[in-house]
Amino acid sequence: MSIHGKAYLVGAYEHPTREAKDKSLAQLHAEVAKGALDDAGLTHRDVDGFFCASDAPGLGPMSMIDYLGLRVRHLDSTDIGGASYLAHVHHAAQAIALGKCNVALVTLAGKPRSSGWSGTQARTFGDEAPDAAFEYAYGMGTANVYAMSAKRHMYEFGTTSEQLAWIKVAASHHAQHNPHAMLRDVVTVEQVVNSKLVADPLHKLDCCVVSDGGGAVILARPEIARELKRPRVKLIGAGESLKGLDGGDIDVTHTGAVWSGPRAFEEAGVKPSDIQYASIYDSFTITVLLQLEDLGFCKKGEGGKFVADGGLISGVGKLPFNTDGGGLCNNHPRNRGGMTKIIEAVRQLRGEAHPAVQVPNCQLALAQGLGGFLAGRHGSATLIMERE
Amino acid sequence: MTTIAQDRELHPPAITPETQPFFDATARGALMLKFCDACQRFHHYPRALCPHCFSERTRWVETKGTGSIYTFSVLRAGTPTPFALAYVQLDEGPRMMTNLVDCDLDALDIGQPVRVVFKPATNGAMIPMFTPTQGKAP
Ligand SMILES: [Zn+2]
Repeated sequence: MSIHGKAYLVGAYEHPTREAKDKSLAQLHAEVAKGALDDAGLTHRDVDGFFCASDAPGLGPMSMIDYLGLRVRHLDSTDIGGASYLAHVHHAAQAIALGKCNVALVTLAGKPRSSGWSGTQARTFGDEAPDAAFEYAYGMGTANVYAMSAKRHMYEFGTTSEQLAWIKVAASHHAQHNPHAMLRDVVTVEQVVNSKLVADPLHKLDCCVVSDGGGAVILARPEIARELKRPRVKLIGAGESLKGLDGGDIDVTHTGAVWSGPRAFEEAGVKPSDIQYASIYDSFTITVLLQLEDLGFCKKGEGGKFVADGGLISGVGKLPFNTDGGGLCNNHPRNRGGMTKIIEAVRQLRGEAHPAVQVPNCQLALAQGLGGFLAGRHGSATLIMERE
Repeated sequence: MTTIAQDRELHPPAITPETQPFFDATARGALMLKFCDACQRFHHYPRALCPHCFSERTRWVETKGTGSIYTFSVLRAGTPTPFALAYVQLDEGPRMMTNLVDCDLDALDIGQPVRVVFKPATNGAMIPMFTPTQGKAP
C-alpha cells in the first residue's frame, strides 16, 4: 500500500514572530494551529488527528490535545529532531490512507532565541542516553559536529569554503524579498568566508539563525481537499531513515537522505531531475550540500560544483531552493527547520511564494529534513508533493 | 597561527553497569574496545549485545591505543577555550568520538597519527583523548 495521492496538504502557516518573549510555548502552538486551520478553511472541530514532537510542552500530545480542545482519534509524537514534522506528514498520510483520521494537524513551536540558546553549547539527552558517556565530555555541540562532516567532505572531495558560502549567498538572495526574514541583506561569498570562524571550517554565516516561532500544516483526505477553496497540493511520495554511528563504522560524508530520498522518489514515481523546487534542511551550509548529493541532484562529491555560481538561486540556477530564505536567513524556529521546509514547498506549489522567487508553473516540489547531528546520529525524512 | 590546546573542565561520564569495565580500564591507562566472537568484529561505543550481529558473545579487548584522525573541528566561538572535537580511527578499526589534546590546534590534519592519553573529568573518571605523535600526515 502506498500513500501516493492519499492525502493533501490543505493548510500551512508560518508564525511571523522571530522573538516571542510575550507568549507561552503552548500559546505559540495554538496560534500556528489556528493559522493553518484558517489557511485551509477548516475549524478545530474538523481535526481528528494530531501530531507533535518534543518541542510541545508538558506531556506532548496529551497536554496539547487537551489545551487546544481537540477531539482526536489518531495521534503521534515521533521525534527525529528537526525532521520530525516531515515524518509527521508521512505518518498522517498513512493514517488518512487507512481511514484512521480525516484531518490531521501538525504543529511546531519554540523559543530558543528568547531563552538564549546557542549552537556552540555541548548537547546531551540525559544520563540514560546510551551514548552519553562517550560523547558529552567531548563537548559535542551542534556547530562542531556538523563541521566535522564539512572537514571530511573537503578532504575527500576537494570541496571549498567558497562553494559552501554559495549556499548562504543563494538563501540571502531569496530572503531579501521576505519581510519576516531575520537576515535580509544579500551577502557575498567573500562576506561568508570572512565572517568569524565558529567551528572550523564553518563560519558564522555558514550557520542558520536562532529564532522563536513555529508553524503548522494540515493534511486531509482527497474528498475534503476537493471541497476546500485552496489550490490543491498532493503528497505523492515520502521516505524516512535513521543514521547512526554504526558501532564505529560511521561515514560522515553522507546523510540519511541516501535512504529516505530513494524511498520517496520511488513512491512518487519521479526522479530528481523532475523536481522544480526543493526545500532542503539548512541548519548549516554543509547540511544542504550533503543532502543534495544524497538525494541524487548531483553525484557524491560534486555538491560543491552544483551549488557554486548561484546554482540554488531561483530564476538563476538549476535547482531553486529555500525561497523563503530558509533557516540560513529567514527562520529556524525551535532549532528545527523541518516545518518551514514543508510550508515553503506548499507556497511554491500553490503559486503563493514571493513573485521574485516563485518558480513559474511549479508542479513538483520536494521537502527534505534532517534532524539531530550530521556527523552523529540523525533522522532524515523526504516528502515529494505535486500540484493538482 | 598557533593555538595550544588547554585542558578543559570535563563533564563526568554517565557510567552504566555495561560500561563500567571501560572506565575501570581508562583509570589504569588502557583503552578497551568490545569485540564480538560471533561476527569477529569490534564495535564502539561498547555494548553487551553486538550492534553488528546482536550476539551476546562480546568481550573486552585492550587496544594498542593508536590510530589516525578521521575528521575533526576546532570550536573557536562560545567556548572558554578552543578545543578539537574529532573522530579518531583506531588501528583496530572503529571510529570513536574524542578530543585532540596536548597539541597545536592549528596544526591538526586529517590522517595524522595519534595515540591515546587520558584526561580527568571533574569527578576523577578518566576520559580517553588523543594526541598527535608526529606532524601532518605524509
Ligand atoms: Zn557481532
